[in-house]
Amino acid sequence: MLYRSRYMLRQFQPFMRFYHEEASVIGSTPNSSSPIYQENYAQMKILVDQLKSTVEKIVEGGGQKARDRHISRGKLLPRERINTLLDKNSAFLEFSQLAGYKLYDKEEVPAGGIITGIGRVEGTECMIITNDATVKGGSYYPISVKKHLRAQEIAEENELPCIYLVDSGGANLPRQADAFPDKMHFGRSFYNQANMSAQGIAQIAVVMGSCTAGGAYVPAMADESIIVNNQGTVFLAGPPLVKAATGEEISAEDLGGAALHCRQSGVIDHCAIDDTHALHLARQIVKNLNRQRAMDVKINKNIELPVHAIDEIYGIVGTNMKRLFDVKEVIARIVDGSKFDEFKAQYGETLVTGFAKIYGYPVGIVANNGVLFSESALKGAHFVQLCAKRKIPLIFLQNITGFMVGRDAELGGIAKNGAKLITAVSCAQVPKITVIIGNSYGAGNFGMCGRSYSPRFLYSWPNARISVMGGEQAANVLAQVKKDQRAKEGKQWTQEEEENLKNPIIKQFEEESSPYYCSARLWDDGVIDPADTRVVLGLSLSASLNAPIHDTKFGIFRM
Amino acid sequence: MIMAMYIIGHQLSSYARKSHQSASQLEKVRINKILIANRGEIACRIIKTAKKLGVKTVAVYSEADRNSMHVEQADEAYCIGPAQSNQSYLRQDKIISVVKQAKCQAVHPGYGFLSENTEFAELCQRENIIFIGPPASAIRDMGIKNTSKAIMMKAGVPIIEGYHEKDQTSETLLIEARKIGFPLMIKAVRGGGGKGMRIALKESDFIEALESARTESEKAFGDSAVLLEKYVAKPRHVEVQIFADKYENAVYLFERDCSVQRRHQKVIEEAPAPNISQKLRQELGEAAVRAAKAVGYVGAGTVEFIMDQNSHSFHFMEMNTRLQVEHPVTEAITGLDLVEWQMKIASGEELPLKQEQITLNGHAFEARIYAENPRNGFLPGAGQLLYLKTPQITDNVRVETGVRQNDEVSVHYDPMIAKLVVWGKGRNEALNVLRSKLNEYNIAGLDTNIEFIKDLCVHPKFQNGEVHTGFIEENFEQLFPKLHVPNSILIQAALAWILHEDVDSLSASLETKDPFSPFAMETGLRLNHTLNHTFHFNVGNENHIVEVKYPEPDLYLMRVNRLGPWRKVIGTLKKIDDVLELFTEIDGIITKARTVKLNNKLHIFTKDHEWQLIIPTPKFVNTLMGRTEQNPYTALSPMPGLVEKIFVNKGDVIKKGDSLLVIVAMKMEYIIKACTNGVVEDVLCSIGDNVAKDKLLIKLTEAKV
Repeated sequence: MLYRSRYMLRQFQPFMRFYHEEASVIGSTPNSSSPIYQENYAQMKILVDQLKSTVEKIVEGGGQKARDRHISRGKLLPRERINTLLDKNSAFLEFSQLAGYKLYDKEEVPAGGIITGIGRVEGTECMIITNDATVKGGSYYPISVKKHLRAQEIAEENELPCIYLVDSGGANLPRQADAFPDKMHFGRSFYNQANMSAQGIAQIAVVMGSCTAGGAYVPAMADESIIVNNQGTVFLAGPPLVKAATGEEISAEDLGGAALHCRQSGVIDHCAIDDTHALHLARQIVKNLNRQRAMDVKINKNIELPVHAIDEIYGIVGTNMKRLFDVKEVIARIVDGSKFDEFKAQYGETLVTGFAKIYGYPVGIVANNGVLFSESALKGAHFVQLCAKRKIPLIFLQNITGFMVGRDAELGGIAKNGAKLITAVSCAQVPKITVIIGNSYGAGNFGMCGRSYSPRFLYSWPNARISVMGGEQAANVLAQVKKDQRAKEGKQWTQEEEENLKNPIIKQFEEESSPYYCSARLWDDGVIDPADTRVVLGLSLSASLNAPIHDTKFGIFRM
Repeated sequence: MIMAMYIIGHQLSSYARKSHQSASQLEKVRINKILIANRGEIACRIIKTAKKLGVKTVAVYSEADRNSMHVEQADEAYCIGPAQSNQSYLRQDKIISVVKQAKCQAVHPGYGFLSENTEFAELCQRENIIFIGPPASAIRDMGIKNTSKAIMMKAGVPIIEGYHEKDQTSETLLIEARKIGFPLMIKAVRGGGGKGMRIALKESDFIEALESARTESEKAFGDSAVLLEKYVAKPRHVEVQIFADKYENAVYLFERDCSVQRRHQKVIEEAPAPNISQKLRQELGEAAVRAAKAVGYVGAGTVEFIMDQNSHSFHFMEMNTRLQVEHPVTEAITGLDLVEWQMKIASGEELPLKQEQITLNGHAFEARIYAENPRNGFLPGAGQLLYLKTPQITDNVRVETGVRQNDEVSVHYDPMIAKLVVWGKGRNEALNVLRSKLNEYNIAGLDTNIEFIKDLCVHPKFQNGEVHTGFIEENFEQLFPKLHVPNSILIQAALAWILHEDVDSLSASLETKDPFSPFAMETGLRLNHTLNHTFHFNVGNENHIVEVKYPEPDLYLMRVNRLGPWRKVIGTLKKIDDVLELFTEIDGIITKARTVKLNNKLHIFTKDHEWQLIIPTPKFVNTLMGRTEQNPYTALSPMPGLVEKIFVNKGDVIKKGDSLLVIVAMKMEYIIKACTNGVVEDVLCSIGDNVAKDKLLIKLTEAKV
C-alpha cells in the first residue's frame, strides 16, 4: 500500500551525502507463490477484513434511529464534529475503537460511547475527547470513564492540548459503582484537567449538548469554554432533580443554557450559534494558544517509503503464531527506505535491536526473533540505554513467548539479566511505543514494554495473543499439577479427564487473550491493520515528540 | 504577415522641408520626449512604440495609479492628483505644467480623457506643445454632431436623415421626429460612446426618452442639446481608419467592424469587416478620406458609418478624432504601427505610405476583456486581479493591457482589463485562434466577460459574419445558455479542493518544528474505516453535492448529487510554469485543467470553459456578519461605486419600485429601487460615499398600518 504525498515529498528532498546507505537496506522479496505465504496472507486478510467491518459498524455509533434523532436537533454527528474541528485534511489517530466491544453482554456501547484521538487543529496536534450522544445518550459507562482517563493520560504524557466536545447525560447510573468511587474513576478526569492546566496543557471544552452534574465540571474546569446556544446546557442538577429537591420548575435552557452562562454566571466564555460555529471558536482558541511544540530529535528530511510492499507483512507473519517468521522482514516494511542499522547483530540474536527512521523520526527498534536468552536480554538493556542517552524514541515489536526456562538458563542468571532489561525499559525517559505483532506472554511482556510499563502508546495486530502464558501451556501446567496430585492420591487420571480439564482452560485463554477481548477492556490503545503500522507509528511519534525528552536515571542493574 | 512587427521605425528626422502651408506649422521637429496624458493599456501601448523609436516617455498618474504598469514602464512619472479623473487625468493645467517641467515636446492624449477635447488641443498649441492628434478645429467640427453632418453632406459623404438644428424645444423636436418617422434615435449633440443616446420606438416613448437623453448628456458633456436620426433596425457599425498629414495627403487603412456591442459599447472588433466586397471597401475608404479632408484633418482618425446589414448602404455617423481602442486590428492586417505614424505626422513628416502601398493581409479580431458580469446585465466590476494568466504572445497573438496580477481594476476608471488581438490568414482561422487564446486567458478575483466572448465566437451567426449592433439582444438565449455543470467538473472541483488543502496543510506544516508529520501528509487518514466528506458547491443558483470517500491514500471515491455510481478518482496538482495544473483521473481517463482557489471560490479552467464554484459559507458566518439572504427590506450596493443621489430620507413611506438612490460606477448610473413597500428605517450612506459591493445602503422596515 502506498502512502500519499510522494510527489510533494520529492520537492523537499535535499541533496544526499555520498554514503553507502544501500548497505543498510534489509528484507527480502518473499516467495509469494509459496503455499505458506498464500495461506498466511489469506488468513491475515480475513482478520483485517473482520476488524474493518467491525469498526465500520462501530463508527456509525448508536444506530440509525439515534443518529436521525441527533441530526433532527440540528446537531452534527460526533464524527462530523471531529472532522469539522480538525484541519481539513488532517489524519486522525483514533484510540480504542473496540472499547466496550461485547463487554456489557447485550448492551452495545460502540467505541465505549466516547471517541478519543489525536488530530491537527490549526496545525497543532490536539487530543480530542468527544461524547457520542447517539450511544446511550452519551452516558459514561465504566469503560467510557477508562477511555476518557486514558486519553487524558496520553495528552498529559505527550503534552497535547485537550479539546472536550461534551454531549453527555452523565454517569450511567446502574453502573455507577464501577465508574464513580475509585481513584481512577470519573472524578479523576477533573483532577487531570486541573493538573494539565497547571502544566500549561490547554484544556478547552465545547458544550454541544447536556453537561450535567459531574459533567458540568468539564467546562467549569477548562481554561476556555464554548457553548452552543439553545442546545448546550450546563448544570449541577437537571430540571427533574431540581424539582424533586426544591420544587422549582424550570426549563433546561433557563436553568443552564448559553444565555445564563455566557451573560450571567460566567461559567462559559463563548456563545456559539451552532455546532459549526462552536467548532470554529474552538479552532480559534487553539490558534491563540501561542504554542511552540518541542522537537528534541533530529528529523531526516529525506523520507523514503519502505522498498518492500507493506502488505507483504500479511504473508510473512500470518495468523499461526507457532510458525516462526523473521522479524527483520517486518521491520523492512515499517521503516524509511527499509534501512535498518542493526546493533549487535551477531549477539543474542533472538532479540533484534537497531536504529532506523520512521517518517524521518529517528527510532530505536527492539524486536523479538525468538525466546529471550540472557544474551538477548543483556543486548536489549544495552540498546535501551543507548537510546535513552541519545534521546531516541523506542519502538518495541512484541512477539514473545517468554524468557528461556530450564536449569541452564537459571544458572546463566536469566532472572537478573531479564531484570536488567526490565529496569532499562522501565526507566528510559524516551517515548516508547509498543506494537504486539504476535504473542505476548509472561515476563516477555514485561521486558518488551507491555501495558504495565506505560509505553506512550500500545497497539495490537489482529493476530496478537496476550496472556500470562499460552493457553495450551497453561492447560498443560494445570493438568500436570492435577496429575501429580492424583498420582499422590494413587488415583487414575484418564486421557478423557485430562481433556476435560484442559479444553475449557484453552478456550478461556483463547478468548481472553484475543485482541478484541483486550482492546474492549482498554488493555491497549487499539487494534490496527498490520499494513497501517508504519503510519500509526509515524503519527504516534509525531504526537509523542510534542513533549520534551527528559534525561534518564536508571535504577540498579544487578550485576 | 507577422502582426506584431510594425514597419521599422526611423529616427524621427528633423531636417527642414519646404512647405506650402504656414512655416511654423511645417517646420519639422525632432520629438525626443513625449508626455502621455493617459493611463492603463493605451499608455503602455504608446510607451512601447516610443521606446522602439528611442523617444523618452513621461507618464502622469493619479494617486490610485501610483503602482500601476504605465508608471512602471515610463521613463519618468508625475503625480497629478487624486483618483477621480476630473481632479487628475482631466486636469489640463496640471498636465501642461508637467509637460514643461519634464521638458517634453509633445503630448499624446491616448483615447478618452482629453483626446477629443478642443480646449486642450488649443491650449497645447498656445503653449507651443505638439498635440499628437488633429488640429483643434477638426476636433470641434467633428465633435459637434450637426456641424459634422452638414460638412459631410457638403463633401458628398452619405449621411442619415435627421434633425440637427439649434431649436431644442421639445415641441420642435417632436414635430421633427414625426417628420423623420419612428423608430428614431435621439443623440446628444456632443455625445459619444453611447452616452446620451436613446431610442424611441414609437411616438409615445419620445418625450421620456428625450428627457433622459438630455439629462445624461448634460451630466456627461455639460450640454443637453440633442439631434434626431432615423433609426436603422439592423445596423452594422463599420468604421474606417484614416490617416492624414499636414500636406493634405490622406489615406485609409481599411475598415473595422465593431457591430457587436452591449449597452452601445463594443465587445469584439474585427478587420476587415466581414461579407464586404472589394468595391464596397474602396467606396467606404474613399468616403472616409473625403470626410477627413473636408475638415482639414491631420493624424489618425476614424470615420464611423452605419451600414444596413442587408442593403449594405452606409451613412456617415461620426468621426472619432483620436486613436481608437480597436486600432490593433488595423495594425494586424496592415502590418503598420499606427502610433508610430501618429508621431511621424505630428513631427511634420509626410505619410509614410501612399494609398496603393497599403495592403490588406489576413483577418484580425480584438476581444475586449472587461471586469464585468455578462450574466448580470454586464454589470461592471472592480477589484483586485488576484490571479492573471495571459496567453502566450506569438506573432499572431497580442495582448494589450495596463494591469498585472494583483493590480486593482479601480472603480474610478474604465473596467477594461485587456485587449486580446489575434491574426489569422482568414476569418475562420483568426476566430479559431481567438477562441483558443481566450481559453488561455485565465482571470480570478473578479468577474470577466471571457466566457461570454467565447460563447459569442462559437455562435453560428457570428461565425458567418452576420453581425449587427443588436446581435447580443437578438441572440440572447443562445449567448447565455443555462449553465449546466458536468459531473466531471464537480469531481475535479472536489479533487482540486482536497489537493489545495493538501498543499496548504503541508506548507503550513513545513514552518513548524515537525514539518513532515504524517498528521499533515497522510491526507484524511482514519484507522480501520474510511473518512467521508461532503462538499457543497454553488454554481449560479444551483447547489451541488459531491460525496467523497478516502479509502486509500491518493485514491478517492466520489459521487455527485447522491446519484449514480461511485467513481474512482486519482489526481495530482502540479505547478507548471507557475500555474497549478490539475490532473484528474476518473475511472481511468485523465483530464487536465488549471485551477485557482481564492477564499471560498474555486476556478476551474478547462480547455474550453471556465467554471466558478463557490463553497457556501457556513451559516454562522452570514449570521455574524449580519448578512441575510435576499432580504427585500435592504438595499445593497450592486457593485463598487459612488453614491450620487439619494432620493429618500429616514421615515419616508415608499412603494415597491420607487427609486431609492443612484450609484455611479464605471461611468454608468444605477438606480436602486425598492423591492417592497415600506418605510425607510435608516439611510446608511451619504452622497459622495465610495461604497463596496454588497454594502448595506438603505434599510427599510414594514409600514405600520
